[in-house]
Amino acid sequence: LGGSCANLLLSHSQITRLYSRFTSLDKGENGTLSREDFQRIPELAINPLGDRIINAFFPEGEDQVNFRGFMRTLAHFRPIEDNEKSKNPTASEPLNSRTNKLLFAFRLYDLDRDDKISRDELLQVLRMMVGVNISDEQLGSIADRTIQEADTNGDNSISFNEFIKASFVLTLHTLL
Amino acid sequence: LLPASSFLCLGISITVWFTLLFVFIIMPAVLGVSFGIRSFYMRTLLKIFEWATLRMELGAKEKNQELYKPYTNGIIAKEPPSSLQQEIQELRGSANSLRSEPEFEMADIFYFCRRGVESIVDDEVTKRFSAQELKSWNLLTRSNYNFRHISLRLTVLWGLGILIRYGVLLPLRVTLAVTGICLLLVLTTLVAFLPNAELRSYLSEKVHLMCYRICVRALTAIITYHNRENKPKNGGICVANHTTPIDVIILANDGCYSLVGQVHGGLMGMVQRAMVKSSSHIWFERSEVKDRHLVAKRLGDHVADKTKQPILVFPEGTCINNTSVMMFKKGSFEIGCTVYPVAIKYDPRFGDAFWNSSKFGMVSYLLRMMSSWAIVCSVWYLPPMNREEGEDAVQFANRVKAAIAAQGGLVDLIWDGGLKRAKVKDVFKEEQQKLYSKVLVGDSEDQMEDKRSEDGTPEGDESSKDPAEGQ
Repeated sequence: LGGSCANLLLSHSQITRLYSRFTSLDKGENGTLSREDFQRIPELAINPLGDRIINAFFPEGEDQVNFRGFMRTLAHFRPIEDNEKSKNPTASEPLNSRTNKLLFAFRLYDLDRDDKISRDELLQVLRMMVGVNISDEQLGSIADRTIQEADTNGDNSISFNEFIKASFVLTLHTLL
Repeated sequence: LLPASSFLCLGISITVWFTLLFVFIIMPAVLGVSFGIRSFYMRTLLKIFEWATLRMELGAKEKNQELYKPYTNGIIAKEPPSSLQQEIQELRGSANSLRSEPEFEMADIFYFCRRGVESIVDDEVTKRFSAQELKSWNLLTRSNYNFRHISLRLTVLWGLGILIRYGVLLPLRVTLAVTGICLLLVLTTLVAFLPNAELRSYLSEKVHLMCYRICVRALTAIITYHNRENKPKNGGICVANHTTPIDVIILANDGCYSLVGQVHGGLMGMVQRAMVKSSSHIWFERSEVKDRHLVAKRLGDHVADKTKQPILVFPEGTCINNTSVMMFKKGSFEIGCTVYPVAIKYDPRFGDAFWNSSKFGMVSYLLRMMSSWAIVCSVWYLPPMNREEGEDAVQFANRVKAAIAAQGGLVDLIWDGGLKRAKVKDVFKEEQQKLYSKVLVGDSEDQMEDKRSEDGTPEGDESSKDPAEGQ
């Protein structure tokens, strides 16, 4: 794991901690986690976007994630230290930069991975977050307004750059 | 000549062994006195453990390895939970209160993202169903994450520990346990033949206490009772947090209770039938357990009779690992009698008492218990509580739970212990969705209702509804 450790910028103790967590979630004891293993966490199961977040751990079309994949995805969320950025400005973008966090969130919307959030995809996520409490019409108008405000090139969908601009206020202070 | 002398040796050593056993363990148990051997044993062990941990740290430093410490910083800096509304407003950077027109920001998704990933890295519930991790090593392989050959002295000590535990302590304890159970069976049956009811109940009490004392010694349980003036009285219900079936022995060692439970077969069934002969316990058939009214009626009848002993109930319904107290089922709090809360806290350094029923069966659990160093625990008797005016059973149960958690130094959780095996109910997810829709739509009259329900919960986002019913 030596090389990937340097890229992920996780300390030895953090990795050990994550590994212990990984094994405690792995009820089948076969070195990989399935979606059911994640669903067993009650706080995640009640999260309206729980299923989408779980999906983010699994590579395209696969049903099992190993420890390396588990670690890679979680490394996105390590808090950024300012001194780290100045240390090595020429290194390729570390996995936990703000852009990567935004990309993670963008992918929660963009299910078909075509790098655009369409009106339908936006509606799907909205519906997951509000459940049955808001009518279709109201939700539709919320979606329309959001796309109107964020869409700058007129293609009626939100690209990654437009998404970054729409979340601009968040890039001012530390995300997540 | 040789075989005769070796038989003689064997005979003598067995006699000596049993005499020592009798004088030092069984007689004090029968009479209820103590020589103080166990506290001395405990103090010696603690010193040895400290030494062992020190050696491990020194050894690791020499070899330039890092030791695994269970409480290092996690990946995400987890902030104290605040309400969904507050966090989303912080996220948006707006200080305004909720407006009446729907307002959605694409970035709202980060709130759910963050909470979701935080719960993947560490959550409050799943870790309660496995044994607590220790800070220092207690020479048991089962609780060691750093075990490598760090130093010769340590390995020798560990080996010695194994010899003592499995060669000396385990046989001793098994002998005692068998003695205790046999005595219980025989004496309760004998007492049942007595004609005089008063004499019968008096003797039954003595017999039960004596046998539980022997069982306590069979586990080398070192128990400290606090606030004994609050001990449960007749006509009440005693509730306690549940970590292991041994909880019953720990409590029954100091007082007589009526137990509640399902009828078992085999040895347990025999013990149950014997106990019922001389004092009243409440055993349910498997089919009757589901019938809540029947359960409530039998419990109610029992407490109404003031000559009967207090009932012992574990409202969590399942074993939790003694770092937290989980949701109390409201059944025993609906009966309307005085509740005597008891907090039990085990010291994990000497042996982990938690029964992980998905990992170990009863027999392997008992073997592990009997081959640990000791079971050390503290029992606090809390002042009796009654249901107050305008308080429903769920609120009463939560109040009792909070008192027990505060006394035992345990985390007070709203989550249901049944989540050990069952999936969480969808109603909780729907609560989250409802809260978020309010942020979007901002209905003003629901705002007030919302505030009230959010203030009442420790975690800010879960409601205080009771999804799981029955006892």
